[in-house]
Formats: sequence, structure tokens, C-alpha cells
Amino acid sequence: MTAEKPGSARRLMTLVGPFLGLLGVIAFFALVAPEGFLSVYNFKTVATQTVIVGLGAIGMTFVIVSGGIDLSIGSVIALSSVACALSLRAGQPPVAAALLGVLTGMICGFVNGLLVTTLRIIPFIVTLGMLGAARGLAKWLAGEQKIDAPAGWLADVMTKAPEPAWLTVSPGVWVMAALAALAAIVLRRTIFGIYTFAIGSSEATAVLCGVPVRRTKIQIYTLCGLFAGLAGVLQFGRLTVGDPTTAMGKELDVIAAVVIGGASLNGGSGTILGSMVGAFLMSFLANGCNLAGVPNYVQEILIGVIIVAAVALDSLRQRKK
Amino acid sequence: MTAEAPVVLRMRGVRKHFGATAALDGVDLEVRRGEVHALLGENGAGKSTLMKILAGAHTPDEGSMELDGRAYAPRGTQEAARLGVAMVYQELNLAPDLTVEDNVMLGRERGSVGFVRRSDARPRIREALALLGRSEIDPRERVAALAPAARQVVEIARALVFEARVVILDEPTSSLTREDAERLFAAVDRLRQSGVAVVYISHFLEEVVRVAQRYTVLRDGRSVGGGATDGTPISSMVEQMAGRKLEEFFPKTPHQAGEVVLDVRGLAGVRMPREATLALRRGEIFGIAGLVGAGRTELLRSLFGLDGVRKGDVQIRGETARASSSRDRLAQGMGLVPEDRKHEGLALALSIAVNTTLSNLKPLASWGFVSSSRQEGATRRWIERLGIRCRGPEQVVGELSGGNQQKVAIARLLHHDASILLFDEPTRGIDVGAKVEIYKALGELAAAGKSILVVSSYLPELFGICDRLAVMHRGVLGAARPIAEWTELEVLDEAIRGDGARRAAAGEEARP
Repeated sequence: MTAEKPGSARRLMTLVGPFLGLLGVIAFFALVAPEGFLSVYNFKTVATQTVIVGLGAIGMTFVIVSGGIDLSIGSVIALSSVACALSLRAGQPPVAAALLGVLTGMICGFVNGLLVTTLRIIPFIVTLGMLGAARGLAKWLAGEQKIDAPAGWLADVMTKAPEPAWLTVSPGVWVMAALAALAAIVLRRTIFGIYTFAIGSSEATAVLCGVPVRRTKIQIYTLCGLFAGLAGVLQFGRLTVGDPTTAMGKELDVIAAVVIGGASLNGGSGTILGSMVGAFLMSFLANGCNLAGVPNYVQEILIGVIIVAAVALDSLRQRKK
Repeated sequence: MTAEAPVVLRMRGVRKHFGATAALDGVDLEVRRGEVHALLGENGAGKSTLMKILAGAHTPDEGSMELDGRAYAPRGTQEAARLGVAMVYQELNLAPDLTVEDNVMLGRERGSVGFVRRSDARPRIREALALLGRSEIDPRERVAALAPAARQVVEIARALVFEARVVILDEPTSSLTREDAERLFAAVDRLRQSGVAVVYISHFLEEVVRVAQRYTVLRDGRSVGGGATDGTPISSMVEQMAGRKLEEFFPKTPHQAGEVVLDVRGLAGVRMPREATLALRRGEIFGIAGLVGAGRTELLRSLFGLDGVRKGDVQIRGETARASSSRDRLAQGMGLVPEDRKHEGLALALSIAVNTTLSNLKPLASWGFVSSSRQEGATRRWIERLGIRCRGPEQVVGELSGGNQQKVAIARLLHHDASILLFDEPTRGIDVGAKVEIYKALGELAAAGKSILVVSSYLPELFGICDRLAVMHRGVLGAARPIAEWTELEVLDEAIRGDGARRAAAGEEARP
């Protein structure tokens, strides 16, 4: 263990870049938008704002590590928030509504996985189809309106003033942190996680080694759907309405977060911690722009530039090898 | 006539090293105007390196080249093409969705303001196709709609349109039917008559005798012989190709063949193999020789459940093993180390530990969680056993040398405890020292009671390590014989011509 560079140390090295990026963004806005940016309150706000993208990024990390992509996350978030709201309006308790929202996401993911593996269509197209279908379904179910429903305790999950006060940040942030920790272990230390890396690194090798590629891929997309579904439930908690037009384009933020976090779109590499750093970077960027009075469209341009820059960095890294 | 024809291309003492290995170690070659010059040699003799040097893809370390009496030192394939040396690759270099004329002109379009003026080139393309005797090919046809033979002609036409003086054809008939090959020969002959010099690379010696006027033999990176094809018997060409002493680097571990563990009868794949029958015994190394493209790789892949099986019967330890997936085969104790190490054999971006244990993670895991200490422990054992030179189990496989990568692939089979091991070109692209270690490992595995099936294009290796050997020819596996009953000459001959000639000579009616 002394002469070699252990795997965990190597992985930490790949996290240096994203961390520096995050610190850079924070430092930049601390200078540009001094009023309020560096306050505890603002950091709590950013943390809460990160939850939706962060949860999506956990699921997306699995998909991207396996060499796939899921473009349907934003639409699935909207669909599951609508499902959750409809269930509450029908008088179901919040627990049942939340579970239904998560289940909705899982079903979408399962369908994605099934289509990718059985029809052998590339994930880009399958999930692009789901992006349209899930959004349409959400609008249909909601009658193209926002759905008011008694949110119950679901509204407290994303509050910035949590009870009890020792929680400091909203329960949603803790949920995200706990799931990220769990997902990191699953991705690194379980057979499922190793299969995910193997498929993304070289699918032919995975087949050669008897990895159940189809089953694993379906599980991966279902897992991604689960996280999108959960994000949808929390999005409902935040808005306290089921909004079929919510999270439009969120998939780009999520993919950006994962790529900034060091995952390669060619598959075979990526870490949950990196993706979390990427998610926070995206949130700080949006938050800082808002405080500095930078218009929305500039933010969108910035996000576009950052995605391309992160991928360019990744391909530079690959070439150096 | 050829004797008086001027020399177009002359190479003298060309050498090329890749790292420590000498791919070319002194090659002389003279190609005359209006002749077809065959380049012969076993796989690995240096033919492809030589071609790449001619085509400008590599630059030689030493030696001189002349084209039409002037020094020829292309700095790239574009420059080589401009100077008049055109290469027609084995894997065709055409864009299937473009038309014939767009393919011919690709990269050299002339036009105005970005618009291609097709009318300029079309007559010249028609002329070239007509010269090759294939005027029925329409320049406006999409290449995808053409038969493989016609595509080849399009490639040659490309060379003609740009007035190539030397055209290099690499195994041009390997994917053609008999009739298509005949038409290609006719085209090559017309090409020659028009004054172009053709360098023709082929394994099929009958073909060479028909098409070429002169030949040069490469062996171990050196030109070792040559002359006129007229009056040279095929057998003497084969001797020149094979004529090497068996190097003394095959460490023998004594092993004893036991009962039959893998019984294959009349196995046929979707396209290849066409018919394969063999019985592999416990503690035996069984070699399969043959030319590239004869169906050897496909045989291993169908056996391992990666390619489809059309018919035939496979029994593993006396039990019928249904056509199945690689997953089932692994469960039945079979393992495969494929030829393509980088894309299939290993996940290069992942660690040695993951690559070694991937097919058999369950024993290292409880409740789906893989214990890293157990995974590393198991990997360390194989690293020591096989002498894999690395920093440790966590090192990424892509950082290892070819030989050590191959050992990782073997370690996986051992970790899986597979007892029937299939190897496809196990020593391709690895250095001599590592080869010896792989041979040693295979011998020890056989001694430990494993059954080993080795496909190789390197004959000395098969002779050095195998107990029995069979030759595959155009999809059909010939009868196996103990290695002592083969000579290299016989193997090469059967690989090139099939075992029909031998059987006829022996007066046999059919294979037993």
C-alpha cells in the first residue's frame, strides 16, 4: 500500500478540479456581489436550492458512469410532482402521495431502461422521447394547470427555517446528503456499482465477463427515475403546488453538475461526491448571478459555456492519458 | 518485357523500430513499371509496417526509398498520394453514404465557392472505371449499394484518377467470392498493362502466382528472398515464408491429457465457422492454426456463446451444453481471452482488481457489498502467481504493458476457476520476454488439469506449446493431429489450400 497510489487517493485527486471550481465561483461572487452573498442565510438558501438538481445528479451519475444519458429528468420531476399533488388532492396522506411520486419516477426510468435494452435504441433518443412524453403526460393529468393540494408536512421538507432549529438547513438538504452518502457507497462498493462501471468502461468486456448487462442497465435507469421522482416530490413540497411546467430544462443543470464533478460522458468514470460539488457549483452560480443582478439569460449562456468547458477539460484529460 | 521495364520504386535497407521491437530489420524491395509485385510473409513478418511506410503513414528509421529515381520520403499519407503512391486498404476506406464520385474525389474536391463541380471529375472517373473493366459502375451510385468487389474497384479507380504510379493492394480478395475475385484479377491486370506498378499482398499463394509477375518474401522484418513467380513452385514460396528455426523459448511443463471435457461436433456459426469438430481433453493444449479470416475467432466466440450458433452439438464434461450466453458458459467453467484486448478483453479504465474479479464477484461480497480487502487479497494472489508487474491491485489496467495486461485477462479466468480456457492470439502485440511468461503460464495451467484451446497465427508458438493441432481453412476445421505429426510446411499448406490436397494425396475418402 505504500508504493502504490490507492484508488481512493486517485479519486480524491480527480475531485480537486471541481472543488477548486466551486471555490472559484464562491470567491468570484464574494467579490462581485458582496451584499448578502457570503451570509449564513444565503448559504442555507443555496443548499436548499441545490436539493432538486443534487438529487437528480445522484441518479444521473449512475447513468453517466454506465455510459448512458438521461434527458428526461426535468420532465419526470414535473410528472411526479403532479402525481404527488393529485394524490394529495384525492385525500391521500402525504406519505402515500410521496411514495406515489417516487414510484412515478421509477416507472419512467424503468421504461427508459427497457427501451434502451430491448429496442437497442441509444439512450439519448429514448430519454429524449421520455422528455416529451412525461412532460405531456404531466400537463394532461394536471389539465394544463397548477394543482393546489394540501401539502401537509411535505411543505416543511424544503423550508429554510426548519423545525427543530438544530437541523440548521432544510430537511431536504439532509435527505440529499444522506442519499448521496449511500449512493456513493453503492456505486463504489457493491456488485451493482462495479457492474455499472464495467458497462460504462467497456460493454464488450462486461458481456465477456458475464455481467447481466440488460438487467443492470434497467436497474440503473430505474434508479435514476427514482431520484427524479423524489426530486419531483420535494419540488412539490417547495412550491406546494403540482406544476406540470416546472423543472423545464433541469436535465441540463443535472448533466452539467455530473460532468463538472468529473464524470466522463464516455462512461466508466465519475463520483457521487464530484457530482454533488458540481450541483453546488451550479446553485452558487445561479444564486450569485441573482444577487449581482445578472439577468437570467446571461446565466443560461454561462451554463452552456460551463458544460462545454467541463467536457473539453475532460477530453483534454483523456488525451493526456 | 518486365526485365527491361524501369524500376519505379526502390527500397534499400529499410528499418523501423517500435520501442524495443524491430518491425522491419532491413528490407530491400524493387518494383518495376507495369508489374504486379507480390509481397509475401506470415502474419507479423512486417508486411503491414512496410506498406504503411510506403503509404507515408510511418517514416523509416533507416534506409532509403526512391520513386522514379528520385528520393522518396513522404511526410504523410497525403504527400505519398500526391507523389503517386496509393494504398487500397483491407478494410475499405469509403464513406458508404456518399456516391462513387464523391468518394473518389473526397478530400480533393475542386469547386468554386465551396460548391463541388462534379461535372469536371465525372468523365475521368468513368474513364478509370472503364480501364478497370467495370464501366457499368455508375459514378452517381451510392457506395453502400455496391457489392464488395465493386467497392474495391472504386478504391482502385480513386488511385487511377489521381495518376498513381504505385498502387498497393492489401489482401484484396479476403472478403470476395470466387467470381468477384476473378473480376478483380482482371482489373488488376488492366491496371498493370496501363503502366502502373502494383504491390500485391495476399495470403493466397495460388492467387499470387496468377496475378503477380515477381514476388518478395518478408520474414521477421527482413526481405529473405524473391524472384519471378513464373517457374517458382508454391511449395518453395511457402518454405521461404516459414523457413525459420524454432526459437528455443518454449518452456515445457510436462502435462498429461486426460478425458474429453469439451466435445464439439459439426459446429456452425451464423457465417463462420462453417463446420468445426474437435475434442478437447483435460490437461491438454490444443492449437488452431489458419489464416486471418478463416473463422478461428468466430469458432471461439460461438463456443463461448458470444456469437450465434446455427447448428452443431457442444458437450461440456459429457453434458450437452445448449447454445447460450457467455454468462452460462462462465457458469459451466469456460473462459475466453479474446483477441482484442483493448476493447473487449479488458476494461482498460478500471483497476486490476475490478478486471480480475469482474466475472466472479459473488464470493467476495456479502449482501451485494464487495469487500475491498477480500477483492484486493484475491487480486494480489494472482498478481504474485502470474508475476504481473504493477503498483498494486488498484492500478488502472490501461497503464500496464501489453504482456501484463494479458496476464490480468488470464488472472480473471483463474479467479473464475474456469477449467476450459479459450485463448485468441494470446501473445499478439506483446514483447518476447512477456511471450515466454505467457507460454510458461499456459503450460502450468495444463499441468494443473486445465484444458486449453489456443488460436494463433504465429506458427512457432503453436508448435512450441501445443499437444495437438488442427488447421482451419475458410471456415472448416481440419482433423487434429498430435503436434509431432505436423510440419510447419504442412500447416501453412493446409491453411492456404485446405486439407483437400493432403487427403487426396493420402488416398483418404473422407475425414474420419
